[in-house]
Amino acid sequence: MLKIHNLTKRFGGLAAVNNVSIEFEANKINAIIGPNGAGKSTFFNLVAGAMAPTEGRIEYQGMDITGMACDRIARLGIARTFQTTMLFDQSTVLDNLIVGHRLRTQSRLWDVIINSKRLRDEEKKCRARAQEVLDFVGLSHIGHRITADISQEEKKRVAFALALATDPELVLLDEPAGGINPEETENLAALIRKMVDHGVTVCLIEHKMDMIMSLADKIMVIDHGEKIAEGTPDEVKNNPLVIEAYLGSDEDAAA
Amino acid sequence: MELFFQQVLNGLTLGSIYGLVALGLTLVYGILHVPNFAHGALYMVGAYVSYITMVDFGVNYWVAMLLAAVAVAVLAVLCERLVFNPLRDAPPIHDKIAAIGIMLFLEALVQMQWGAEFRRMPTPYTEILDIAGMTIPAQRVLIIAGAFSLMAVLHLFLKKTMTGSTIVAMAQNREGAFLVGIDANRVAMMTFAISGALAAVGATLFAPINLVYPAMGHLLIMKAFVIIILGGMGSIPGAIVGGLIIGFAEAFGGFYISTDYKDIIAFALLVVILSIKPTGLFSKGVH
Amino acid sequence: MNALTKISNFLMTPAMKMVMIVAALLFPFVASNEYQIYVMALAFVWAIAVYGMNIITGLCGQLNLAHGGFFAIGAYTLAILTVDHGWAFWPAFIAAGAVGALLGFLVGVISLRLKEHYFAIFTLCVGFIIYLLLDKWEELTHGALGIINIPAPSGFGLVDFTETTPFYYLALAFMVLSIWLASRIAHSLLGRTFLAIRISDDLAASLGINLMRNKVLAFVLSTTYASVAGALYAGMVRFIGPAEAEVTHTFDMITYLLVGGIGTLMGPLLGTLAITWLTQSLQFLEEYRMIVFGPMLVVLVIFFPKGVVGSFLAWRGRRLAAAHDANTAKQAAVSKTSTDKTPATSTQEAGNHA
Repeated sequence: MLKIHNLTKRFGGLAAVNNVSIEFEANKINAIIGPNGAGKSTFFNLVAGAMAPTEGRIEYQGMDITGMACDRIARLGIARTFQTTMLFDQSTVLDNLIVGHRLRTQSRLWDVIINSKRLRDEEKKCRARAQEVLDFVGLSHIGHRITADISQEEKKRVAFALALATDPELVLLDEPAGGINPEETENLAALIRKMVDHGVTVCLIEHKMDMIMSLADKIMVIDHGEKIAEGTPDEVKNNPLVIEAYLGSDEDAAA
Repeated sequence: MELFFQQVLNGLTLGSIYGLVALGLTLVYGILHVPNFAHGALYMVGAYVSYITMVDFGVNYWVAMLLAAVAVAVLAVLCERLVFNPLRDAPPIHDKIAAIGIMLFLEALVQMQWGAEFRRMPTPYTEILDIAGMTIPAQRVLIIAGAFSLMAVLHLFLKKTMTGSTIVAMAQNREGAFLVGIDANRVAMMTFAISGALAAVGATLFAPINLVYPAMGHLLIMKAFVIIILGGMGSIPGAIVGGLIIGFAEAFGGFYISTDYKDIIAFALLVVILSIKPTGLFSKGVH
Repeated sequence: MNALTKISNFLMTPAMKMVMIVAALLFPFVASNEYQIYVMALAFVWAIAVYGMNIITGLCGQLNLAHGGFFAIGAYTLAILTVDHGWAFWPAFIAAGAVGALLGFLVGVISLRLKEHYFAIFTLCVGFIIYLLLDKWEELTHGALGIINIPAPSGFGLVDFTETTPFYYLALAFMVLSIWLASRIAHSLLGRTFLAIRISDDLAASLGINLMRNKVLAFVLSTTYASVAGALYAGMVRFIGPAEAEVTHTFDMITYLLVGGIGTLMGPLLGTLAITWLTQSLQFLEEYRMIVFGPMLVVLVIFFPKGVVGSFLAWRGRRLAAAHDANTAKQAAVSKTSTDKTPATSTQEAGNHA
């Protein structure tokens, strides 16, 4: 599904991501772990098109998407969430989600001025899609609330829903369980599994080791911008390089 | 040739003042990521404090400069405490609008108190020096020497003192600075104080060869913004180099092209440069 | 349902819009003198420009400090074409809108590549360049003297727009049209697209939104609004000078926007009217109004960033949500005890009508 060849990103002289190659299979949960500042977020930004790589190639479903703009990549079916959830606090949860399906619509200014049939149909379609993803993440009961008033975990779910509203085939989740408690983390993991069951491929960055180990099908470990291991949770857990990377840094070590 | 050197001198004079004002602006931007639109108004207030203390109270030029520096530093700290600090986590539009609010307020206040008329600031240094066949007003020499020594002092302060290096550390990495236990409030206040004092000194140096009036900061602040965009926002050497570039461009442009449009040169330069390189001339382009 | 809820519900209905329009239509009859009608008409003209600013700054989140400059461009285009080139008013009026749109496009394409602060500073400089050009380019703009004897809008022999009251209705018509279009945009997918950009460029791009295209569209819309308002202004005041491009006008408009509620639909109108009448009633303030406006801007962004309309909408939104929750709870309780009750009507009309 996603093939990365020798991906490198340098800032000045420093390589944040250095010569990383990996392949992520469809319908799997893929995780990227590594100590703080290892280059995980940069890796995500490269895949999502938020930055152009210095070297290397990114291939998505056989298509070369290296250096493509963010919005085009999104339209090809790669959605993402961010470490900090960004939502419009003053409107309702449902209102926040409607724009998620905008990229699958065509209406322009002229449609707006004459209130064309196309616009009305597309708005209906977007609203329906918003309701659907809201149901999917289990929040249909709070769709009418002002977004500023919902809990942190609910906001995370809304962010998932927003990503799903774009009809993605691959979703990149950047620390989905950051800032929420263990029980909520559990529920969120269940939701991620549900996404995969419905045919979405997931790729996530996460610090919470027990969550990763029980959830992921495949893990890639990066340290100092380089891939030091990949494999199933068990393989990774017993890899001496990984143990060293984690013990070597002050990171709260694996579970 | 003499005319040419005259323009070099003009460029240096303008450039050193621009640099001084831009320095204050870039320091505040580096620390707090606030584009302080009120900085020009602080400059104007500095000029008025010097003017009033000199003309109405007969204070010596240097004492007046010191008083202005202290007064504007206090004013700048007040702005930080009362306005920018509460807006730290607000959406980015808000602090800009608040800065504009401060600017409008200060200008209207000064205008109500002292009127809109143009005033000429007195200076004890009125003689004309004759160096190598060139006539140079002493005040210009004072401006150039004063501005550059102040920059040198600031440089030493930032490099050699504890407080200075905390400011630099915070400008480079805000979260990191928090982690190592830097008191962000103190640094922010300190930065605003320095920035205000620089503006006041700049105003007191420059006003004798210019005029004092409520809107005197308008053009200057916009040029200072152009300078720090050219020099990279938050960069200290960038502000100085940028100041000189604009100073020289204006001096020569005004002389060889048109005095009418000399004020446009800085902005035209900005438009051209940003059209080619949207992140500014010297930025490292990380984000 | 208590009185407060009833009032707040009424404020959101189409009937309320009718009430407002009727009030505006009747205003010239209840005004105590012609000057009041003049002030109101002027406020309507400014409100049109403020609606433009609301599109780029309120919906799209980009602080455009050249807005007053584009207002002046509209005014000058009309004045130059009519006075120096003998055009009739209405063709010149259309040309003014077109020039505003075209220049907006050119400036937008360059400036909107810049983020946040850079954009604000850049547009501040653009506004200043516009001012300097109007002031210095004497062959084109008559320089500091300004342009006099600008014709009033032609009434085609039916009405005389040099009279205050007819012009008032003309300004009202244009303003209603502007609000109508603004509301169309705000409530459509396009408005939602702009709003996503306001939340964050990164988020919007990750949702497949083409940032540049949408920002330029919002910017061109806003400069068109500004220049149309400027052209109307020239036809009303009939004398203009470089002062129309001074950045204070932009700051005035920001104040209107912020008081009324940035990003809301009725906020720009409410803010413009409220501040205009406030300054009118405090005539002595005219010159020193910034002594009040300056601190007011600061207080607003710190304590009431949503403005009057925004705060009202937030308050109402919470009430609706609470009512909805209470309803659902009641229903749940009812359906537990007896199964054959029809559910109460839902309150899913949430607050995007103001």
